Amino acid sequence: MSTRASTLTGRIMSAPSIIVLFLWMAVPLGMTIYFSFLRYNLLSPGMEEWIGTLNYEFFLTDPAFFASLANTLLLVGSVLVITVVGGILLGLMLDQPIFGRGILRLLVIAPFFIMPTVNALVWKNLLMDPVSGMFAWLASLLGLPAIDWFTNVPLTSIIIMVSWQWLPFAVLILLTALQSLDRDQKEAAQMDGAGPVAIFFYITLPHLSRAITVVVLIETIFLLTVFAEIFVTTGGGPGLATTNIAFLVYTQALLQYDVGGASAGGIVAVILANIVAIFLIRLIGKNLDK
Amino acid sequence: MENKQSPLGYISFSIFAWIVGLLIFFPIFWMVLTSFKTELEAVSIPPSFISFDWTLENYAEVQERSNYFKFAMNSIILAVGSTLVGLVFAVTCAWAMAFNPTKRTKDALLWMLSTKMMPPVGVLVPIYLVFRDWGLLDTRFGLIMVLFLINLPIMVWMLYTYFKEIPTDILEAARMDGATLPKEIIFVLLPMAVPGIASTMLLNVILAWNEAFWTLNLTTSDAAPLTAFIASYSSPEGLFWAKLSAASTLAVAPILVIGWFSQKQLVRGLTFGAVK
Repeated sequence: MSTRASTLTGRIMSAPSIIVLFLWMAVPLGMTIYFSFLRYNLLSPGMEEWIGTLNYEFFLTDPAFFASLANTLLLVGSVLVITVVGGILLGLMLDQPIFGRGILRLLVIAPFFIMPTVNALVWKNLLMDPVSGMFAWLASLLGLPAIDWFTNVPLTSIIIMVSWQWLPFAVLILLTALQSLDRDQKEAAQMDGAGPVAIFFYITLPHLSRAITVVVLIETIFLLTVFAEIFVTTGGGPGLATTNIAFLVYTQALLQYDVGGASAGGIVAVILANIVAIFLIRLIGKNLDK
Repeated sequence: MENKQSPLGYISFSIFAWIVGLLIFFPIFWMVLTSFKTELEAVSIPPSFISFDWTLENYAEVQERSNYFKFAMNSIILAVGSTLVGLVFAVTCAWAMAFNPTKRTKDALLWMLSTKMMPPVGVLVPIYLVFRDWGLLDTRFGLIMVLFLINLPIMVWMLYTYFKEIPTDILEAARMDGATLPKEIIFVLLPMAVPGIASTMLLNVILAWNEAFWTLNLTTSDAAPLTAFIASYSSPEGLFWAKLSAASTLAVAPILVIGWFSQKQLVRGLTFGAVK
């Protein structure tokens, strides 16, 4: 099969995709790196000049950077914990015999297909509004004061919305992994008198470890750049309370027209994402050899 | 565990599971319900669950006031367009990688994946400037290209895993019988790969439909899809919840149906084959 001719056709046929992806990624990334060393503001065209690492110094010493880095880590970390723990529990639940399980599973995974802007506005207005929202009404039933979610706990509100969106992703993958668990092994453990808790920690959880790793890595990559949910609800505020790195770069580029500063921020974001990506690529690469 | 479960245990666990499932689904249910209320009922406290005057006027008004169908049409064009362009590139690339692999095929696949992992803010500035200078801002063509490129790695990857499952003997037999390369791909490979190609396309439509970083940043009105249309509700005037709900329901309904049909393939596509 692998004659020289077929290898050549193979190269020719795969070349277009590789070339367009290379152009799409490498060229803009190169431009971003170049811009990040320039004083370059869209409001003063023609004034571009080389300023070395000054943009990085400004960006990395800007209090806004630390605030947004902290917000990014808090957002990613909280959503990961909520979705992985919730995903395991819901996965175990859906793995049991339940009346109408197929339909129930559809309901649970539905949030994943909701577009981010709809997700954000439905939660903000219909559920979390301090006057007419569902949560305010529930609080009043319990005799509690209503929470003004986006004023008092803005980052928590974003975390709740994003978790709701990503929980189904964790459930889907962990459930798929659970279903490939060897039933015999579990039954043998039961015969030997192992309780459900022991079975979970010594059989189920180790079996899930690989799927959990995949969920954590893939979610991290997407969660590092959460944008639309912030864009339509808080606009990064109040103050910097909900500004993550992605949103900070956006405000610098398209609101303050500071191309140089935004580019430096973009490169910082790329480096952060790469730290995670390296692990994920290795994991997938190992799997490819099997 | 489940074999020994008593009927009572089955029933009570089912009830518990359904309560949990309905709570997770509640925001979507509530959105659909609100879309049939009047604006006044939509904000009333206590909220009305069934006993309100069901109305369709929100759906009519969303179209009249804001030309909903223009945005819906943009969403369809962007999702379908980027999927079709992607398919042409991805099928040839995945065919080459699956049936004519070289030593570097694995590296090429992983490299393609790595492009998917770059945060979009890393290239936002140059893409925005290039689009501005080339007059591509707020054009459907420009966005189709962007959506096609951001999803191409996933398409190639998914098709690759499906093509790998097709026995190469069949393709070789066709070649022996004198089939040319295009004929081999179109008449032998594609018919066998229809299920895989269909689910790849569905996943790509879902991802393109819901993409909200580039569509928000690169469009203003002409090429704006539903993601941007819904975002315009974030700074409203007057009562708008029922109309927001109607617009949102229309925006998510088609993708929810497609998503439900392709949930199994979703795992394969989104984990790059790392979880089976």
